[in-house]
Amino acid sequence: MTRAAADPVLQVEHLTMRFGGLVAVNDLSFTAGVGDITALIGPNGAGKTTVFNCITGFYKPTEGRIGLRHGNAGMWQELNGLTDSSRRSAHRADGALFLLERMPDYLVTQKARVARTFQNIRLFTGMTVLENLLVAQHNPLMIASGFTFLGVLGLPSYSRAEADAIAKARYWLDKMRLTERADDPAGDLPYGAQRRLEIARAMCTDPILLCLDEPAAGLNPRESAELNQLLLSIRDEFGTSVLLIEHDMSVVMEISDHVVVLDYGVKISDGSPDQIRNDQRVIAAYLGVEDEEVERVEAEVGL
Amino acid sequence: MAVDLSAAARRARVDPAQALKDAALAALLAFGLFLPLIGLRTVQDIRNELTLETRWPLLFILVAIVGVGRLVYSLAIYPWLQARLARPAAPSATTTAVSHAFARWFTPFALGFVVVYPILAIALAGQQGALKWIDNFGIQVLIYVMLGWGLNIVVGLAGLLDLGYVAFYAVGAYAYALLAKTFGLSFWILLPLAGTLAAFWGILLGFPVLRLRGDYLAIVTLAFGEIIRLILINWVPVTNGYAGISGIPRPTFFGIPFNASDEGFAATFGLEFTPLYRTIFLYYVILGLAMVTAYVTVRLRRLPVGRAWEALREDEIACRSLGINTTNTKLTAFAMGAMFGGFAGSFFAARQGFISPESFTFMESAIILAIVVLGGMGSQIGVAIAALVMIGGTEIMRDLDFLKRVFGSDFDPTQYRMLIFGFAMVLIMIWKPRGLIGTREPSAFLKQRKAVSGALVREGHG
Repeated sequence: MTRAAADPVLQVEHLTMRFGGLVAVNDLSFTAGVGDITALIGPNGAGKTTVFNCITGFYKPTEGRIGLRHGNAGMWQELNGLTDSSRRSAHRADGALFLLERMPDYLVTQKARVARTFQNIRLFTGMTVLENLLVAQHNPLMIASGFTFLGVLGLPSYSRAEADAIAKARYWLDKMRLTERADDPAGDLPYGAQRRLEIARAMCTDPILLCLDEPAAGLNPRESAELNQLLLSIRDEFGTSVLLIEHDMSVVMEISDHVVVLDYGVKISDGSPDQIRNDQRVIAAYLGVEDEEVERVEAEVGL
Repeated sequence: MAVDLSAAARRARVDPAQALKDAALAALLAFGLFLPLIGLRTVQDIRNELTLETRWPLLFILVAIVGVGRLVYSLAIYPWLQARLARPAAPSATTTAVSHAFARWFTPFALGFVVVYPILAIALAGQQGALKWIDNFGIQVLIYVMLGWGLNIVVGLAGLLDLGYVAFYAVGAYAYALLAKTFGLSFWILLPLAGTLAAFWGILLGFPVLRLRGDYLAIVTLAFGEIIRLILINWVPVTNGYAGISGIPRPTFFGIPFNASDEGFAATFGLEFTPLYRTIFLYYVILGLAMVTAYVTVRLRRLPVGRAWEALREDEIACRSLGINTTNTKLTAFAMGAMFGGFAGSFFAARQGFISPESFTFMESAIILAIVVLGGMGSQIGVAIAALVMIGGTEIMRDLDFLKRVFGSDFDPTQYRMLIFGFAMVLIMIWKPRGLIGTREPSAFLKQRKAVSGALVREGHG
């Protein structure tokens, strides 16, 4: 039994997303284990980003349940009770449970602590690299500034909180090798650095689950290898669970603990990287089926 | 590249024959255009009949101006511009030092200047002349500086295009006028109250437009401004309609009125009575209000709420992905901007003593927005300079009597202000498409504060 099944942080059940007549995701269920790197793969248009948008609250799923827990694994016992109630979350001394499909997008990050990046990088290009990381710490700083009222008066408690925020930003800048560019506008950074900054910005929200939408897209092989190291260190040092959409198989196969394969909005396979590599359905979805098989099917239907 | 440049330089040295042909063509074009527009004129005579009048000399002069102008341009100005472009623009050490010194000393110098401005005006123009310079010029410009700074929060920082900003100015003015007349409350109590009421209306406008972006947001805010104005016109029992509200109590010097009576300001302090004292007092009140606006905005930009406004302008979806409640962020921007508009409005009512819906037309919104855009969205110094140029320019135009000597005695320069504004705007947008101050000051820095180029800063989506 894999860790994903034994100790999930995220549990997606019967997720369906329809846009008018188009079924983008159909009855999808999977779990992501605590402290795992879970990869969501599939051909273009398989519905991966739609799943991300449902998890992070940007879409309201047509059907299905998305549960996320903080703290103790025992929190999952609350799941059915929470579903029957009209509440969004259940809190106990040893943890909390959230139903993400009931939460608006900003609360998914603020309360459930799920952070995400975007397929087409979305940085605040006209703000400096440092400012990008400070915006990510909006909520704790907002509280420290007494919801602006105390901050306008210039109380020292806010200055301290801001210094802490800058120190945290500094940590991520050092880790991402962006310290030299801290005072440059984010839009001036080269592509690979922008990708790293977007991950750093997401990490500045202190996520339990980090959702990365194609983090290796457009990176060269060396940058791709660095990304692997970075994701492993995020997993190992911070215990942050990672859910990633990826096309780059070198990234997926090297670092994932668990892989979920989608095709046409349906899950076609689920398991360890080795299992996925040898799964006939996955090979068929990616590479197409062999010629003999096509001939056989054609013969069956009388072509 | 070098080859290209020399080729351009060779092309720049046009042969006179070509230039002459070009100028003739331009003159011909001008003749074709101006013949019906200027050469012929319809006049109604005494018997109420339309007669056609020709103005050949004027037509000839204008066509000649176009032709000669074109000739001069292609023979002299164009080659000069090309030569200037071809020269590599390397900023020398001295010019950088000068621009650094300018950036460093401009704000303190400008602050010092506005503080001593009334004294300077009295010293230079005498008591009678100073009244006009302080009231019509100083106070008027400062009101628009304050309105520009208020709108700058909504448009420049949060990137929400608001075409109905004057509505909040009106709410502030009417709130002060009605409450002061009805309940006899003092200016200093009503000032925060008027600001709060305007902020409330800002939130009220904010709610329906939360989902709107760009053109749609602009249309709805435009409509909101008109709604407020139409209510002011039609709710006659309260607002007195077109006739407006007169006899609004004037602000007092902490209880001491500015009048010629024995309890008046002049008598209390043993001075000779002159209306100048009230004007100077009002000047410092609006200066103080504008400074509060500037200070609060500067502070807010360094607080999470200000950064969230700017982040909202840059990318709303990324904001939401970082756990920022964009609804609250937009509403606080609307409320803050509206509050400063309300302050300015209540000051306006107290200064004028009379308000009517005519002071709150769409034209006002357009002027305030033009100030923000010309100044450079988000830049406070830029907005202040733009307000000085636009509003101060209008006031100065009233005094350009020498123009009457040139164009005849029935020439009124203020009639041409919109034309001149139009020209000024087009020119500024060509030379400085991001406004007078096109760079953005970052709100925090690690080692060195570097201005962000305007090319990277987004204008917001709505």
